[in-house]
Amino acid sequence: MNNQKENTASACSSTTQKPTSSSLQTDILSYLSTHDELNTWTYANEHKIDHQLVIGTIRSIQSIGDIIKIEQHTNRSIAPSDEGKLLLQNGSYEYNLFQAIPADKGIEQPELMKFPNATIGFAKAMSSGWLQVDKSSKPAIVKRKVENVHDEVQNLLKRIQSLELQDASVKEVVELKKRKLVEDVIVNYFIVTKSSEFSTNIAKGEAELTAEMLQTGSWKTLNFKQYNFNAKGMMPSHGCLHPLLKVRTEYRQIFLEMGFTEMPTNNYVENSFWNFDALFTPQKHPARDVQDTFFLSDPAVTTTFPEDYLEKIKKVHSTGAFGSIGYQYEWAREEAQKNVFRTHTTAVSTRMLYKLAQEKIFKPVKYFSIDKVFRNENLDATHLAEFHQIEGLVADYNLTLGDLIGILYEFFRKLGMTKLRFKPAYNPYTEPSMEIFSYHEGLQRWIEVGNSGMFRPEMLLPMGFSEDISVIAWGLSLERPTMILYGIDNIRDLIGPKVDLEMCRQNPICRVIPAKIEE
Amino acid sequence: MPNIGIKRSLLFKELGQKYTDKEFDQLCFDFGIELDDIEPIPESNGEDVEYKIDIPANRYDILCLEGLSRALKIFLQKGELPKFTLSNQKLIRMKILPNTQRIRPIVVGAVLRNITFNADSYNSFIKLQDKLHQNLCRNRTLVAIGTHDLDTIKPPFIYDAREPKQIKFRSLNQQKEMQADEMLEFYSKDSHLKRYVSIIQESDVYPVIYDSNNVVLSLPPIINGDHSKMSVNTKNVFIECTAVDLHKANVVLNIMLTMFAQYCSKPFEIEPVEVEQVDGTVIVYPNLDDRVENVSVKKINKRIGIEVDAKTAATLLTRMSLRTKVIDPDILRIEIPVTRADILHFCDIAEDCAVAYGFNNIHKTVPKTVCIGNQFELNRVSDLIRHSVAEAGFIEALTFTLCSCADVAEKFGKTIESIPAVHIGNPKTQDFQIGRTTLLPGLLKTIANNQGTALPIQLFEVSDVILKDLTRETGSRNERRLCAVFYNKTPGFETIHGLLDRIMTLVKVSYNENKSGNQGYYLNNQCEDTAFFPGRHAQVIANGGNIGIIGVLHPNVIEQFGLKLPCSILEINIEPFV
Repeated sequence: MNNQKENTASACSSTTQKPTSSSLQTDILSYLSTHDELNTWTYANEHKIDHQLVIGTIRSIQSIGDIIKIEQHTNRSIAPSDEGKLLLQNGSYEYNLFQAIPADKGIEQPELMKFPNATIGFAKAMSSGWLQVDKSSKPAIVKRKVENVHDEVQNLLKRIQSLELQDASVKEVVELKKRKLVEDVIVNYFIVTKSSEFSTNIAKGEAELTAEMLQTGSWKTLNFKQYNFNAKGMMPSHGCLHPLLKVRTEYRQIFLEMGFTEMPTNNYVENSFWNFDALFTPQKHPARDVQDTFFLSDPAVTTTFPEDYLEKIKKVHSTGAFGSIGYQYEWAREEAQKNVFRTHTTAVSTRMLYKLAQEKIFKPVKYFSIDKVFRNENLDATHLAEFHQIEGLVADYNLTLGDLIGILYEFFRKLGMTKLRFKPAYNPYTEPSMEIFSYHEGLQRWIEVGNSGMFRPEMLLPMGFSEDISVIAWGLSLERPTMILYGIDNIRDLIGPKVDLEMCRQNPICRVIPAKIEE
Repeated sequence: MPNIGIKRSLLFKELGQKYTDKEFDQLCFDFGIELDDIEPIPESNGEDVEYKIDIPANRYDILCLEGLSRALKIFLQKGELPKFTLSNQKLIRMKILPNTQRIRPIVVGAVLRNITFNADSYNSFIKLQDKLHQNLCRNRTLVAIGTHDLDTIKPPFIYDAREPKQIKFRSLNQQKEMQADEMLEFYSKDSHLKRYVSIIQESDVYPVIYDSNNVVLSLPPIINGDHSKMSVNTKNVFIECTAVDLHKANVVLNIMLTMFAQYCSKPFEIEPVEVEQVDGTVIVYPNLDDRVENVSVKKINKRIGIEVDAKTAATLLTRMSLRTKVIDPDILRIEIPVTRADILHFCDIAEDCAVAYGFNNIHKTVPKTVCIGNQFELNRVSDLIRHSVAEAGFIEALTFTLCSCADVAEKFGKTIESIPAVHIGNPKTQDFQIGRTTLLPGLLKTIANNQGTALPIQLFEVSDVILKDLTRETGSRNERRLCAVFYNKTPGFETIHGLLDRIMTLVKVSYNENKSGNQGYYLNNQCEDTAFFPGRHAQVIANGGNIGIIGVLHPNVIEQFGLKLPCSILEINIEPFV
């Protein structure tokens, strides 16, 4: 089996007649009209045409329409090996050797052995009884023993080549196989049968409807080639939006539907005063450590602040005020001046609330934002130094923790989450503070989906709000729900220069589907 | 958030009840802590495990088994808050010398008398110091705790600060005496202690505590002396806290005392220490007085959105370790123990009431606040432009705001000094040195990572760059940009140029053939920029202002970003179109 090889193309190469494709098409169809089936291999052999040509023609008939059915089969057969093919062309070694011996006087053996392949030729010719060796003279003389010989080996090869002889078990064939002049091959052939639209009279058909056909009206009489509806279409050239930003659009839409106003968050650089101090985050809080926050070396500080507000912040931190005992430490202006890449968009919320508190008449607000924040964190598969924070807040008279829970149910319902629970948590600028958990049906467990709370009086009262105004707020990251939504494990596959553009192209429409309203 | 490890068997023994892990997880959730992990204890042969519990960063009173089990028992109404008392005998004195004011001015202290540790409680005592040092003490910068076997030292004590060469002693677990400067050199190579060395190393004097026999108790905030070393058999413990923040020093001292005084022969009785200040005044530590607040039940109900009466509210608050008495149907008198240093304001009390009530039992209401939603116009315009550019066949990228200096300077043949970038002072890696001043590097890097993609690659991003601008409050501002690149076997400038024309059509700015005045847009090629192929770039002028640049990138830039093919780009400020 070692020398068995794929050999479908050359079965009839030496005997090929080349009919035109269209005449062969007609021949095949008329053959089929009188026969139940057509075996391409047999047909090619019977008609002495190249098997591949038959197959090609069958395929082209098939492309015209539902005219024929084809079924692929595989068979073993034999064919001349490369050496066999040489013998087929030039005659066997023994025959050529015999012919090289002068008919009358013979030839000296050493001289004879100089012929190409003389060793094999001599042995075979001797065993066939074609030669005699006269050893009486020195050197020995080889003479013809018979007058004439037939090149049986070449004949056999011809018969195998022309497929007359395919039975590998015939004695002569076995002999040829031993001599490696013949080898096993696999033949792929087809059984062709008629199909529903079979006809012997088929035109190839027009490929496309043309403007000319419409003008001349020729389309009415022409046959059209069938379309292949199993293939894919040609992709239109297209751009696309980024997968994460498509989710951002959905979240943004949800806030707008709920009547929230978008905050201007286009200030990535913030000073520590607005990022931390105004949020009642003490100056020695770990979040303000160089390990957690990007501090700027240039421009390093902010020098202008609303001074009366700053004084109140200083007081509420250092000695306490507004009913708070404060943190009781020496508050330093220098620390508040330090510029940072903002660590949360709540810095913007704080500025917006401060602005609101300066209005003569308080008007309740609902604010939201989705924008980048920055952390000097250790990076891993789910943490980057920058990510998008989603934030919502409501400021109104007498809002309660129950109101916060209620609006969180409404917000998360729009994200398709209805099973929520809340865990007490700690955050310097909210009290009460709640971590929000949602039951994930797919993961079969509770996952943390956000943080929330009521802003502390130490944050609101220095701004100038009256005591009966409370602010409820919540936040979450955009990246985490998006990774869960798309099933992405490594955040670098979603954001940054390593994102696969093909992934962006293939990304479907993003539709965050709300859960049904509870009865 | 601090994470503490506690043996489950000890915890359940303290609570007087066994829980399944799931039940205990639920208890944690309700109380506001988190059962983060459960780790096997190999030497217990599968009998016991260690609970890893996340504790909120302001609850120093539950950072050890003693405090946590106490708080949970009270929460479960199985126990009461102990009363902490002071013993009245002749007090140990500690004197602060003036030199300390230059480096670490504060010391407080107290004594735990006749204490009985076992292996577990002693281990807890050591671990709590570590937790406090890491968190409240900010890695010993604000406060450092020293604990000593009082029976090995002789009061009164002196808190001084001396020149390093004058201080010489044998530090904890060391064989040889060392001079303080050598000692700091020695500990700067210690994996655990090296991070504290810098707190005092540069100072000309180091803080040091001596007893009356001139024995060194400690060299705060680095290391204790070996002489006063504690062990599980120590009977009398002297605790000193040196600090730069008096309030925190008191909190730390109080926590250490209130947690472990339960092991004293007179449980919860603490022996004070008097500290003579530099000016001669004497202050006695600790101060274990409760803080008393009167709060209105109505106000609590109003903030949380519940309706409980005074008696119920008092019960709820008592469960949160706040001893509460009903004064009248609206007023509660609350005694805030020293352990609850996290209670700063009424809102903290209201929250505790809500926690005990159960966040998940609160009736949810939707705020009646009526508002009309509005988009931020810059974002609205950005989104409209993003959609238009995508419609024009470009793929949107989302790249990083922070980048290296080289990304905006060297790679474009420029110097960082010539670029109005904001610089980060404490970057952890070279990737985060500045805020980007152009969107281009991110897009070019994205192409470099996607070179197998079919050509042409057409990318864009609409996002903010950050520019130094000293007229602004923080000395910088964001600018919303559109950047688009075309990457192919030829630069395809006409495509990028066409995109510009398309955008201008969409924002209704018409082409200005005169190339002057304040109307329309045109390209001004009278400019130089090393980023571009000579002669093949121009400024984009719209309504009289320079809004950006268009052109074919310089081959050097292409090489710098690891690209192989020509590339044309457009980057414009879109804020003028809002």
